[in-house]
This record gives sequence, C-alpha cells and structure tokens, in this order.
Amino acid sequence: MLSAGYVLRRVLQMVPTLVFILVVTFVLVRLLPGDPLSAIGGDHVTDAQVAQARAAYGLDQPLFAQFLLYVRRVVTGDLGRSIVVQVPVWSLVGERLPPTMLLSGMAVAIGVGLAVPLAFASALRRGRATDLAIRAGAQVGLSMPVFYIGLVLLTVFSAHLRWFPVGGYGDGWGDRVYHLFLPALTLGVSLAAVLMRSLRAAIVDVLGAEYVDFARAKGLPTRVILLRHVLRNALISTLALLGPTVGSLLGGAVITESVFAIPGVGRLMIESIYGRDYPVIQGLTLSLAVTVSLAFLVTDLIQASLDPRVAR
Amino acid sequence: MTAAEDLLSRRRPAPRRFRPPSLPRPSPALAGGLAILAALLVLALVPGLVAPYAPAAFDYRAILKPPSFAHPFGTDNFGRDILSRTVWATRVDLQIALFGTLVPVVFGTLAGAVVGYYGGWVEALFGRVVDAVVTFPFLVLVIAIVAVLGPGLFNLYIAVSVVGWVFYARIVAAGVALQRRLDYAAAARVMGYSTPRIVLRHLLPNAVSAAIVYWMTDMALCILLGSSLGYLGLGAQPPTAEWGVLIADGKNYMNTAWWISIFPGVAIVLAGLGFSLLGDGLADLLRPKR
Repeated sequence: MLSAGYVLRRVLQMVPTLVFILVVTFVLVRLLPGDPLSAIGGDHVTDAQVAQARAAYGLDQPLFAQFLLYVRRVVTGDLGRSIVVQVPVWSLVGERLPPTMLLSGMAVAIGVGLAVPLAFASALRRGRATDLAIRAGAQVGLSMPVFYIGLVLLTVFSAHLRWFPVGGYGDGWGDRVYHLFLPALTLGVSLAAVLMRSLRAAIVDVLGAEYVDFARAKGLPTRVILLRHVLRNALISTLALLGPTVGSLLGGAVITESVFAIPGVGRLMIESIYGRDYPVIQGLTLSLAVTVSLAFLVTDLIQASLDPRVAR
Repeated sequence: MTAAEDLLSRRRPAPRRFRPPSLPRPSPALAGGLAILAALLVLALVPGLVAPYAPAAFDYRAILKPPSFAHPFGTDNFGRDILSRTVWATRVDLQIALFGTLVPVVFGTLAGAVVGYYGGWVEALFGRVVDAVVTFPFLVLVIAIVAVLGPGLFNLYIAVSVVGWVFYARIVAAGVALQRRLDYAAAARVMGYSTPRIVLRHLLPNAVSAAIVYWMTDMALCILLGSSLGYLGLGAQPPTAEWGVLIADGKNYMNTAWWISIFPGVAIVLAGLGFSLLGDGLADLLRPKR
C-alpha cells in the first residue's frame, strides 16, 4: 500500500518542476527577436495600438512582475488566444487532444503487444539465432526515424495495397481506429524497439532469481512460472519507462500526425509554427510538459504501490 | 620426463621474448560500429570519391529516373542524382551528430563533476533540475525553441544543447559521487592536491566512461532528431542535402519514384546502427574486468 507521506512528498516534488515549466514557457516567447507584441501583431499595427496592448498585457512592467502575471493567467486556466484563428488556446488544445490520445493509446497497445512476446522469445533463447535476429531487428528499429517508418508503411499499405486510408481521422469510433491504425503502428514499432530491449534485460535478470528456481522446484508448470513470476516482475521494472514513454510518444505524435495528416495536438504544433502562432506554441508546450510530468507522477505512484522499496 | 628432468629443464628459463602489450580484442559490435562509422567518415570528408555528380546539379534530361548504371540510386524531380545527394548529406548529418552533442558533452561532464564532488545542496538542487528537464518532451521542447529562434542548423544546436547537457551531468555526477568516497580520493586529499586537480585528474577519468558510451547513443539520437526537423522543414534548409530533407523531397513521389526517399533513409539507419554498435562495443570494453 502507498503511505500518505510518500504520496505527499512525491506530489510536492512536482512543485519545482511546474515552476520550471512555467519559467521555460515564459522565456520561450521572450526569446523572440524584438517585442513579443510586435512579433505577434505583425506589421499591421500602429504604435498607439502597441502601447495600449502593452499596458493591457502588462508588458510595461518589470520582467518578474510579468512572470507573476503569466503564472496567474495560467493558474486560472487562461493560456491566451490564438492569433491565427482567434480562439482561446485552451479550447484549441482541448479540441485537438482526442486524436492524439487515441493514437498514443493504440501505439502503446501495439508497442506492448509486439514487445512482450519478442522479449520472451529473445530472453528464453539467449545467444541463439532467434535472440540475435530479434535484437538486430530492435537495433534497426531504434535507428529508424519515425517519419521514415510512417512514409514506408503509408506507401506500402495505403498507396499500393490500398488496405488503409492515406491519412485523416474519420467519423465514429470504428472508422477512427481504422484511420489511426497505420500511424499507431508507426509509433508502436519504434516504441516496441525501446520496450523490447529493457524487457528482455529484465526477463533475463528475473530468470536468474532464486524465487524462479523455487517455483520450478515446486513443480509449477513453465507457463505459470513465466506469466505469474517472470513477466509480472519484469514488467514492474519496465514500468519505469512509462513516464519517458509518454514524452517520446508526444514527440513522435508531432511527426506522425504530420506524416498522416491527423488533426491532433502534434499537427497543431507544426501548424502553429508555420503560422507563427506563438501563444499556441507556448500553450501547447506548457500543456504537453505538464502532461508528461503527470505521467512521471503516476509512474512513480504505481511503482511504489507495486514495490514498497521504491517509496523509501 | 621424470621429476628430476623436469626440475632440471626448469632451471634455465627460456629468455623472455618481447611481447607487445596486447590490445583487448574488439567485440563484433565494436568492430562493426567502427567499420560503419569509418566508411561514413570517409564519405563525409571526400564525397567526390563515391558521388558521381555534384549534389545540386540539375539535369532536365534525367528527371525521376529509376536506379540505373548512370544513376545507381536514381534521380529526383529536378534530375539530381540521389546517390550524390545522399553521399554529400553524410557531411551535414555527421556534423549534426558532432555539433549537436559537443556542448552537452563538455559542459555536462564538467557540471556533473562539480555536482558529484560537492554533493549536499548542490546535488539536491541539480536533482530538481533533472526532474524538471526530463518532464519536457524533448522533441517538443526542441521544436518549440527552434520555432521561436527560427529554423536552421545553428538554432537546432542551441536548442539541443540547452537540454542535452543535463543527461551527461547526471551520469557523470553519479560516477564522481561514487569515486570521491574511495580511498585513493582521500589519499589525494591528504597529499594536499587542489580540488580541481583531484576532480579533473583523478576522479573524472574514472567516472567518465559511462558518459562516453552515452555520447555514442546521443549522436545517433541527434541524427534522428536533426533529420526529423529537416523533414519537417525546421532543420537544415533546402537545397542543403541533408538526409531528412532528402526524404521530405521525395515524400510526394513515394508512389512513383520510391528511390528518392528510400536511400537517404537507409543512410540514416546505417549511421544510427554505427553509433549504437560503437556505443555497445565501448560499453563492453570499458566495463571493469573482474
């Protein structure tokens, strides 16, 4: 069980992280050459308008006061407005979130579905041809850029074989899953390569543990030993990858969504960059970073509840 | 041979022959990684050795030609030779690997040494920085920084360096913290050596190997990142031949002229394999023998 003390400590640990995220996203827009407002407004504004807006945004105040203003805005749920489509950033992100979440979920399912059997096959036949082939495959998977995997899958399965649509999101759940299958496979393949390596190492580790020898001595069938003892314990150590995985999935989504034209947050990021929509870039970076830090929190809490040694 | 004869024959040992100090036998991973990277390095330094044409030479009589004897990797929609472009791009992508990791390696190693040596509140503070940095989706942050600074390789290096040093610092800090508790570190302190000398000459050399191994993986990651940004139009700018840019050039022709994108992609995979094999090989080599 989780102790309240550990949970509290872990949640408090997030405070500096959140402050850091706020600082970085604040500084990000400050890096723009010139005044953020002139960059935001473009060439079509008069000096009087700039001065007025400057006062409205608090840009005439010292930097630290501006930062506090920014923090207050974010905390009250105001991420600013998009310059291009004139909609609050918050609603824009919310609107684009479901495709990315579905895509990430499917990618994790495919990634785990590929990694677990492959890791077992590899670990149980350690040093033999199967093991070498699987590990070589994982190595190639790790070296292959996501957009390249996507492009190849798109050409083979959509353009040539016409099994899947060339992109887009679709209507209704079944259609959406169908539309997102190839993109999820793209992300899932590169995720599987990472997971497979860590899981294989964990399985090899667990196989040498005394409790596995004991289970064998008790006469438990191999299948039970592998599922109940080996897989379970190996998964716990691989669970530590959950936080980083969410981070790399969101990064991968930026690329996959542009390859497959999926209207998710990743594509929104790229569109905002091309459109120089800085409030959206800022708001998105902030929300994605907060999402990942929450994933790290959840990872730690799950790990601590499964393995009490972590909580110490 | 009787026992006495045996003793007699041992009385005069054969003169010791000079043996050159034996190098550890390279593992297949190390040898493979070195071979791939050596080949890529040659291509980067003297592209003309393999590339038959100039990378940006248009040839309107040979547009979208499939691989042939004259154009082994085919040509693109401007009649540019894909083999030549892929080979010339090696120079750009290896540069990305090097310059994208240079500042993180140097600064991260030094920062890690300081953190590891002093420990205490410095270490605690650094721990919070690590916590914060790892929660940024790396690619998203780099893309955001490049978006603000403007596309291009130099801004890519800045973006990667801002974040990348933390990972080296974390690795080195852990190593130095371990080393400083050992007897030889205490001995060096007793000898009255200065702190910089102890850290740089004594502790760091024993703590840096894990960071070097990570550096190899990091260079592979950097090429993946650089080519991804190139593909999105945020990294190297066309007409610069860079693998990601080349793949983007061909993406609209995948159906009819697959060779434009496929070959540069193979080059990326090859470079990635080279660096990770080298990393694995080095990890084996540098692991303390028991």
